[in-house]
Amino acid sequence: MAAGEKHSPVDQFKITSFSGEPTTIGGFDISFTNSSMAMLVTVLTITLFLVLSMRGRALIPGRWQSCAEICYEIVANMLRDNVGSEGRKYFPFIFSIFMFVLFGNFIGLIPGSFTFTSHIIVTFVMAAVIFVGVTVIGFVRHGLGYFRMFFPHGAPAWTAVILVPIELVSYLSRPVSLSVRLFANMVVGHVLLKVIAGFVIALGIFGVVPLAFLVGITALEFLVAALQAYIFTILTTIYLHDAIHMH
Amino acid sequence: MTEPDDRSSLKRLDERLKAARSRSDRSQGKNTPDKGATGNMGVGFRIAVELVSALAVGVGIGLLLDHWLGTKPWMMILFFILGVGAGFTNLIRVARELDRKSRLARQSKDADKGKEG
Repeated sequence: MAAGEKHSPVDQFKITSFSGEPTTIGGFDISFTNSSMAMLVTVLTITLFLVLSMRGRALIPGRWQSCAEICYEIVANMLRDNVGSEGRKYFPFIFSIFMFVLFGNFIGLIPGSFTFTSHIIVTFVMAAVIFVGVTVIGFVRHGLGYFRMFFPHGAPAWTAVILVPIELVSYLSRPVSLSVRLFANMVVGHVLLKVIAGFVIALGIFGVVPLAFLVGITALEFLVAALQAYIFTILTTIYLHDAIHMH
Repeated sequence: MTEPDDRSSLKRLDERLKAARSRSDRSQGKNTPDKGATGNMGVGFRIAVELVSALAVGVGIGLLLDHWLGTKPWMMILFFILGVGAGFTNLIRVARELDRKSRLARQSKDADKGKEG
């Protein structure tokens, strides 16, 4: 099937440069791709949404202002429940991450657009920044005492030989699990949509069955997009809690 | 003249707000089990990712150390075992956290029932 090869389900994840050929500076590819475009659109949408909806600053919020306030409250409550009052000063960072992932996931669901969260390098860089930042916060707040993080409270001293390496590997696996979860969820959802959409054409008149299925899955994908942004943010706050309070 | 009127209308508003709030709390409590199906899928996915990523990091560290130290299979084998251990540590941590959360939800629901009855 020639058409099948042309429109493979993973074709949507291909990164293409707008200028046609890669622009390189000092051996690094810095071309402006469709992924960069999607990120730029996401940031612009978030900025426009927040600035325009809060322009009125009404005491009784209108529809748009309510939307912006809901986003604020979700993150503020999450931070207060998981980190406590010390987490206040990290709110701008956590809020930026939440909005970036949420809007990125949603904009990726628009047909023909690009989902940058479906690339592991994007999610891994975000997770790595969070991981390094949280580790630095831990060391700044606790000094060398932060190393106690790798040894559970009250365990006999001789078990350190086994427990410390295990805790170390467990700690290092955090950015991996954080990034893989978001990336895998987005890839799986988008591939599933494309594969089932392929059945609609192939089955002819019976294509209505997968088409009906597709409607349900699209709704599910919206849920997954919001849920994964939420989970990504809540795990960030949990890691921040560990760095500030050490369990 | 207007003073007592204002106060009584405020009081009435307060009562209505309270009633609406308790109503929405109750309907939210009812809605939590509905979320179960997707919630369980999320939990399953989360545990799987947690287990696999710890294992992958362990094996990755092992392979790197082998490459540097020239101790071909041994570091990989050692860190494979440590990775499995770390995976299960992560798993137990997730399970404990979910357990705590579900217990909290149950407690608040019981408290609600007690207030109603």
